[in-house]
Amino acid sequence: MNEHTTCSEDLAAEVRRVAKLARIYVSEDDVAQWTRDLGRILEYVRQLNELDVDSVEPTAHAIPVANVMRDDEPRPGLPHTEALSNAPAARDGLFIVPKIIE
Amino acid sequence: MSCSGPVSELPSLSAALDALRRNEVSSEELVSELLRTIECWNPTLNAYVYVNSEEALACAREADARRRAGDPAPWVGVPIGIKDNICVRGQPCTCGSKILKSYRSPYDATVSRRLREAGAVFVGRLNLDEFAMGSSTETSAWGPARNPWDVDRVAGGSSGGSAAAVAAGMAVAALGSDTGGSIRQPAAFCGCVGLKPSYGRVSRYGLVAYASSLDQIGPLTRTVRDAALLLSVLAGRDPMDSTSLDVPVPDYIAAVDQAPDDLRGRCIGLPREYFAEGIEPDVAQAVKAAVADMARLGADVVEVSLPHTHYAVAAYYLIATAEASANLARFDGVRYGLRVPSEDVLEQYERTRAEGFGQEVKRRIILGTYALSAGYYDAYYLRAQKVRTLIRRDFERAFQQCDLLLTPVAPTTAFRIGERISDPLTMYLGDIFTVPANLAGICAISIPAGLDSRGLPVGLQLMAPALEEARLLQVAHVVEQTRPRLPRPPLASRASGGSPA
Amino acid sequence: MKFAVSIGLEIHVQLRTRTKIFCGCPTTFGAPPNTQVCPVCLGLPGALPVLNREAVRLTVMAGLALGCRINLRSKFDRKNYFYPDMPKNYQISQYDLPLCVGGGLEIETPAGRRFIRLRRIHLEEDVGKNLHFAQSSGVDFNRAGVPLMEIVTEPDLTSADEAHTFLLALKEVLLHGGISDCNLEEGNLRCDVNISVRPEGADELGVKTELKNLNSFRAVHRALDYEIRRQIDLLSCGRTVVQETRRWNDELGITESMRTKEEAHDYRYFPEPDLVPVELTEEQLTEWRAQLPELPAARRARLVREYGLPEYDAKVLTADPDVADFFEAAARRSQQPKIVSNWIMTEVLRVLGERGSSIRDLPLTPDALAELIEMVQRGVINMPAAKSVLAELMEHGGRPAEIIERRGLVQISDRGALEPVVEEVLRDHPGPAADYRNGKAAALQFLIGQVMKRTRGKANPKLVAEVLRARLESQSPSS
Ligand SMILES: [Zn+2]
Repeated sequence: MNEHTTCSEDLAAEVRRVAKLARIYVSEDDVAQWTRDLGRILEYVRQLNELDVDSVEPTAHAIPVANVMRDDEPRPGLPHTEALSNAPAARDGLFIVPKIIE
Repeated sequence: MSCSGPVSELPSLSAALDALRRNEVSSEELVSELLRTIECWNPTLNAYVYVNSEEALACAREADARRRAGDPAPWVGVPIGIKDNICVRGQPCTCGSKILKSYRSPYDATVSRRLREAGAVFVGRLNLDEFAMGSSTETSAWGPARNPWDVDRVAGGSSGGSAAAVAAGMAVAALGSDTGGSIRQPAAFCGCVGLKPSYGRVSRYGLVAYASSLDQIGPLTRTVRDAALLLSVLAGRDPMDSTSLDVPVPDYIAAVDQAPDDLRGRCIGLPREYFAEGIEPDVAQAVKAAVADMARLGADVVEVSLPHTHYAVAAYYLIATAEASANLARFDGVRYGLRVPSEDVLEQYERTRAEGFGQEVKRRIILGTYALSAGYYDAYYLRAQKVRTLIRRDFERAFQQCDLLLTPVAPTTAFRIGERISDPLTMYLGDIFTVPANLAGICAISIPAGLDSRGLPVGLQLMAPALEEARLLQVAHVVEQTRPRLPRPPLASRASGGSPA
Repeated sequence: MKFAVSIGLEIHVQLRTRTKIFCGCPTTFGAPPNTQVCPVCLGLPGALPVLNREAVRLTVMAGLALGCRINLRSKFDRKNYFYPDMPKNYQISQYDLPLCVGGGLEIETPAGRRFIRLRRIHLEEDVGKNLHFAQSSGVDFNRAGVPLMEIVTEPDLTSADEAHTFLLALKEVLLHGGISDCNLEEGNLRCDVNISVRPEGADELGVKTELKNLNSFRAVHRALDYEIRRQIDLLSCGRTVVQETRRWNDELGITESMRTKEEAHDYRYFPEPDLVPVELTEEQLTEWRAQLPELPAARRARLVREYGLPEYDAKVLTADPDVADFFEAAARRSQQPKIVSNWIMTEVLRVLGERGSSIRDLPLTPDALAELIEMVQRGVINMPAAKSVLAELMEHGGRPAEIIERRGLVQISDRGALEPVVEEVLRDHPGPAADYRNGKAAALQFLIGQVMKRTRGKANPKLVAEVLRARLESQSPSS
């Protein structure tokens, strides 16, 4: 499992990359802290490599069931005012965000 | 009521239901008493993050009127505490996070709706680790919940508020959620009963998701019978949760009430691996004493093996954090919650999430995002899911040899506040005995086994195959009767010996 | 140097369901912002998705109609990325086990028939809609969670014309299958395009660009024309095409580079733990296959065979399955298929085109059209009157017989009723009558016109001529 990631410089770059993907601003202190934490945790979870799982099916659901569906029947939704009641900014029935440049 | 000294004798849920039914107490009296206790002890224990005094009293009065008018619903007027990650319409649901500080849920979780329809009164919101990510309630943005047996120690987590409130008589019963032990471990630390139902037994609709494939809502109560009572309201298929199972719900109360006096014909398995990994001697001792009592009651005690136990924590933290990284993506300051305004949407996301989430939540999001990201998926996430299969198979094999498994809940009793918070890996490793049940989707319960030499509660875990809650509750009830009855918790610091100011 | 063009399409089709894919909110178009939302499609904390059975059925029906292999076990995955129109900041989609795989659609091109292969069809949820203001943007989540089927083709199309023909043919199949309303104005059908060119004879595909913001089939056509030319120009000058996403600017008629600062996408797909797999059985598929409505090609052939229509008529009528349904209902009733076809192709389709509406929205019923045609055949009314009745039927509906009665349009086909009028006309116009008798046959037309005028157009012109002739030829000029 990715031996090279033990290098802390690489890992710090990974922390920055992943924080970007997760949309979390990171300070340099955060990077240092999380690089240390992530390094230790990854080292620990690498023990999973000891197991031969090539022929093992992954478990996505603890209890296997299938075909749980609903009928195409309308149900009442949220009243308009409640839909917007927690909005940090709203106007004209819309959730307002900074201008998006598409 | 004085705020010093041990708390008054607390009614269990069973006792409260009986007293209400016999009109020995009104809901208003019960709720008022509860609110007084909360007012007394919550400043010390920080179990509740929000108390719904006015509304709870109004609901109690309404319930009393309903009861006088002949409403036969058994739960009418019963006060219940709700963990602050389970939605109740019109109430806050902060999940212990700054990012949801001012959020109020516009809808009821299915469990809340079921309790509401049964007549329960929602007293307040119970403290938790932020987004249920933690084992000590120390990651809560609203400060840690404290352990009623030693207020310098943690109440456990993530349902620490629920466990502390039940143990201290600030709740008749409470709801918690359990993703890797978050009901059972705080129940063990605080000396109460905590049940994690099988995955799919209780609807997750309205539970703010941490790790969707592992989360379950369950009761924290004073007795096993109380857990059966509460589960009988919570359990059952919900059309709003695709993963809730469409299977019959047995009569849990009958299972407990009709429990035999002994354990003859029951085979109890002791998984070898759960007694090998660095358990405190007092914990091992308490479990051994329980085993001896069970054998005396006629149980057939066998040693079994769950060979992949050692890998459970690693698999758990990869799966849980990966799911969490997606589940917590919705907290972006657009539709609800905290917003740190910026000119630029992207920057607004990053600032809002950096500011709104605490360290542990961010650490787990980073780990989970990493485990799913390009090039690492197979090595981390997929491999963890495969190990999850191995752990499931371990249990399937073990349950061919025995009816139930008996283990400690945690390797130690409650640790000191601050002792582990800066060392995430050590904190994670404390979950070693509880995460396997979540990975396998089976049901498990934590009941008090006794006290350690420091006077702290030790928990005993029983595990049963998926959907066998009736069997689990019945045996747990029998075992519960063999355990020494715990004294009232001192609600003080053991170090100082006195009661806190 | 000659160049070969490879075009692949990704088409998002809104399925014809009443409710969204994972919640019970309606999918009605045009509601005020954020009025068709609930905890699920707003992504509120704690809410969970539950799959709409009908969305699965419609996607599988599309797969069956397009000859796909249906995966008997399919699942949903989370596609993770942040955007303000995304309620959960992940989209529930299908990654490695889509409902449908393979298949394709035959199209007619000037060079003959070509089979365009499909790669896959999967089911996913739509996102919300961003609206832009001077200082800020607003988000409406009414559309979030609307069920979309994404159809991905292989890069088999070789020109803008072919892409356009393919889209029209696909639209016909989806309409006939009852799978989507395919209403482009309401965003029911949206298309992204991948395009690359390479020197003819080269084995490897060239560097591709992706085009976005194609809001109509016409836009697809124009954008492709432009982009093909742009890429060929680049290669001809010895330059290279940059792999990128480009945006079609409809006003300027050009494609523009969209993002340069773009970080690499990493969607971190993983199985959606809140949903369970979809499992289908062969029996289920057999049943659905039997329910599949007749597809355009088969229907065209049948209209020719059963109703004796010309190919051209069959093609025009089947472009819209509702029109074809209307035709068949009216044709069965009137027993005059070609005449019904003529009326629909001329009068009815003209009005639909003018109003931009669907035949389903017309108050005119197939029975009414058949009845009207029958009345013309029987000589109850004449053609000009019939056209005016049809206009009223298309406007307000009703029964032709009642309209004819109310407006007094019944043709006078009663000799006894016409004779006095003829007498009057002959008396008032002795000149033309004499002309006719003297062999000027053209004078008869004038006299017929006069009778029609006095009966306000209601007289049966044939009968008028007959009565006039009989009267003029039997009587002596002296009177
Ligand atoms: Zn909805």
